[in-house]
Amino acid sequence: MRSIRPGTRSDIANPWAPVSEVVAAAWVIARKDLAIEFRTRTAFLSSVVFALLGLVIFYYAWDPTAVSAIDLAPGVLWVIFTFSGLLGLNRSFSVESADHAIDGLLASPVSRESIFIGKALANLVFVAAVQVVAMPALAIFYNLPLIEIAVPLLGVATLAAIGLVAVGTLFSAMAANTRLAELLLPILALPFFVPIVMAAAQATSRLLSGRPVAEASSWIKLLLAYDLIFAVACTLAYAHTIED
Amino acid sequence: MTATSARLDPPLLEVAALGRAFGPRRAVSNVSFSLRQGECLALFGPNGAGKTTLLRVLAGLLKPSAGNARLSGMELPGGPAARARVGLISHHTMLYEALTGRENVRFAARLHGITDQSRVDAALDRMAMLPRADTPVRSLSRGMQQRISIARAMVHSPRLVLADEPYNGLDESGARSLTSLLRALREAGTAIILVTHNLHEGLALATHAAIMKSGSFIRFDRKDAIDSTRYAERYRESLGASV
Repeated sequence: MRSIRPGTRSDIANPWAPVSEVVAAAWVIARKDLAIEFRTRTAFLSSVVFALLGLVIFYYAWDPTAVSAIDLAPGVLWVIFTFSGLLGLNRSFSVESADHAIDGLLASPVSRESIFIGKALANLVFVAAVQVVAMPALAIFYNLPLIEIAVPLLGVATLAAIGLVAVGTLFSAMAANTRLAELLLPILALPFFVPIVMAAAQATSRLLSGRPVAEASSWIKLLLAYDLIFAVACTLAYAHTIED
Repeated sequence: MTATSARLDPPLLEVAALGRAFGPRRAVSNVSFSLRQGECLALFGPNGAGKTTLLRVLAGLLKPSAGNARLSGMELPGGPAARARVGLISHHTMLYEALTGRENVRFAARLHGITDQSRVDAALDRMAMLPRADTPVRSLSRGMQQRISIARAMVHSPRLVLADEPYNGLDESGARSLTSLLRALREAGTAIILVTHNLHEGLALATHAAIMKSGSFIRFDRKDAIDSTRYAERYRESLGASV
C-alpha cells in the first residue's frame, strides 16, 4: 500500500477562480460527457435515427406539386434538429442522476458556471454531430444544393445550435431532478426554441432560394442576439436551478 | 500528529447551532460541535435522524437554514476553496458507470486541478483496486464500486472527510482497507465525520461519538470518556423506543 500524502497548499487553494480556469474545468467536464457518449452512443444513435426517420416521414408526406422543396426543407430541417436535439439534451443531466454522480460534481471545487459550460459544450458537439449526419440526408432527400451555400448555412446552423444548447442545457438541469424529466424538458424548452427555429428556418429559406446573405442578415442577427442573451442568462441562472 | 498536539490546534471544523429544514420539517436542528485535525466523530442514530442531511450541508450540497459551519475559517457551504478541502463518501457511489474506475478517479482528480496520474493510481491502490482500474464501473460488483468511490473521494487528500455509511457493500477485505485508510488519514491530520450504524466500527476509529435523534445531537462524548462495552446500552437508552 502506498503512503498517504496529505493535501498541500497548491492542492487546496481555489483552483478555478480565473476565467481561463473556469473554461479549463468546463472542458474537463465536457470531455467526460463526450467520453461517456462515445462509449455508449445511445443518445447519438437515437437522435440520428430519429432525425433520419423524421426526414423520411416528411418526404413521403410531401406533395412536390403543391409545395416546392426549397419552401418545405428549411422547416423540416429545423423542426427535426430541434426534436432530435432534445433527445440528447435529456441525457445530459440524466447521466449525472445515476447513483448521484451530480453530488460528486457539486461537491468538487469547480464553479457552477464551469459545470454548465462543460455540459453545454458537450451538448453542442452532440448537436453538431447530429447535424453533420442529417444535413447531407436532407440534401439527398429534397435534392437541395447545400454545397453551394455550405459556409453561410454552417454559420446559421452553429448559431442555432448554440441557442438550442444554452436553453436546452439549463432546462435539462431543471428537469433532471423530477420524475417526469423526459416529458418536462420539451414542455419547458420548446416555447423558448420558437425564436431559434423561426429565425434559422427563415435564414435557411433565403439561402436556399439563392438570395444574397445580406437578405438573411436580419434573421442571423436575431439568432446572434438570442445566443448572446441566453448563453449568458442560462450560465448565470444554472447555479440557482441546482440550489435546494 | 499526537492527540495532545491536536488538542492545542484551533478547530478545523466548527459547527454552531446548525439547522436545516425542508419546509416545516426540521431535518437538522441546533447542532454544534468542533473537530480538530486528526479527530474523528462517529455519528450514530436511527434512520431519518438527520445524519445524512448534516453531512450534505457540510459537503456544500445543501444550504443551512440556521446557524453556520466553518472549515479552516471558511464558511460552509462555501466556494471552491472550501469544497477543495472536503472529501465526500456516500452510500451512493457517485460514479459514472460507463467509465472505468481509473477514468472516474482521474475525472475527480482533474476537477481538483490534479493532473499527476500517480496520485490517481495511489488512490486506487490504497483501496486495492489497481488490478481492476481499467474495468468499466458497470461491470464491477457493488463492493468494488464502493472502493472506487472511496478512492475518488480521497484522491485530492482532503482535510475533512465526510463518510456516510462508507462500509455499505464492502466485503471484509474492503472494510479492512477502508478502516486502515481512515486511520492513516487521521494520523496525517485529516478530520473525519463517520456516519455508521455499526457502533463497533465507529468507535474503533473515533475520538468523539455523537448520537443523533430527530435532527439534534442527544449525546456528544469524547471517546476517552466512553466505556465502549456499555455504549451500545447507552445508545439504546438514549434513543428509547426509536431503536
